[in-house]
Amino acid sequence: MKRLGHAVLGLLLLMLAGVLAWAVSLPVAPGQDVPAHIAGSLADSGVSHPVTAVLLNFRGYDTLLELVVLLVALAGVRCLAPLPPPSGGGAVGGVLRELAALLLPVLVLVALYLLWAGATRPGGAFQGGALLGAAGILALLAGRDRFLAVLEQRLWLLAGLGVGVFLAVAAGTLVWGGTLLGLPPEQAGILILVIESFALLSIAVTLVALFLGTGELEDRDP
Amino acid sequence: MAALSLLPPALDLLLAVALLLTAWRALYTRALFPAVVFFVAFGMLLALAWMRLEAPDVALAEAAIGAGLTGALLMAAVARLRGRDEDKP
Repeated sequence: MKRLGHAVLGLLLLMLAGVLAWAVSLPVAPGQDVPAHIAGSLADSGVSHPVTAVLLNFRGYDTLLELVVLLVALAGVRCLAPLPPPSGGGAVGGVLRELAALLLPVLVLVALYLLWAGATRPGGAFQGGALLGAAGILALLAGRDRFLAVLEQRLWLLAGLGVGVFLAVAAGTLVWGGTLLGLPPEQAGILILVIESFALLSIAVTLVALFLGTGELEDRDP
Repeated sequence: MAALSLLPPALDLLLAVALLLTAWRALYTRALFPAVVFFVAFGMLLALAWMRLEAPDVALAEAAIGAGLTGALLMAAVARLRGRDEDKP
């Protein structure tokens, strides 16, 4: 019986591999040269890096929904457990404390640099936010967790700002421009920077809160 | 000269083999902590693979989120699972 199951599973996986191989051979968009299309519109996008132009301008709707997905994930985790109280860092070893003191400023700086670099070269809110979140987690592990009190009080404000600002821009473009997220070329650069800045903060806060996540899960056991 | 031109494909092949190996070890290592370590190593190698495919944006995201934060999340989960086992022997 088990051998039959394995055979069926293997067959299904083989079929999946076949479908994937077939999908890779398909043209991305029939009759369209997508890279050339993007390069042609790049001047109107407000940024000079094509990936950022697609993520924040041409396909901004997808990125907005990605931020919503993060928020929903956080909501799910928060339903299970509250944030733990600050520990004060009594039990943290010297090496970790010194390492955190050295690394934290660098991490914050690199995160902000990635945000800024996103306009012209690889970088952006998700990468920068992940680094800032990593800085937050390092701070937690090193016992520098006084910011937990702020996180506890203002979690939904901080985690929701990214989606909120993105939605505000979307509403603004809908009212004044007539198209949802149709950023006007003259203001697109600054709008993208504003959206990404708040997204960076919200992503970092969400990732730290997810890391803290299920701290009290044991207490809820039946 | 000919040996030099063979170096990049050889390194790529090495990268691909290392990826498969770390992925397999991450899935089939019984102890959870080493499995997480293999997962993080897999993420870092995957970031390198994305760089080789000339996708630095994806490489950055993979290194920061895939290897870094997911690794931290998994390690926290392992630590908590361990605490649980000790509570209920």
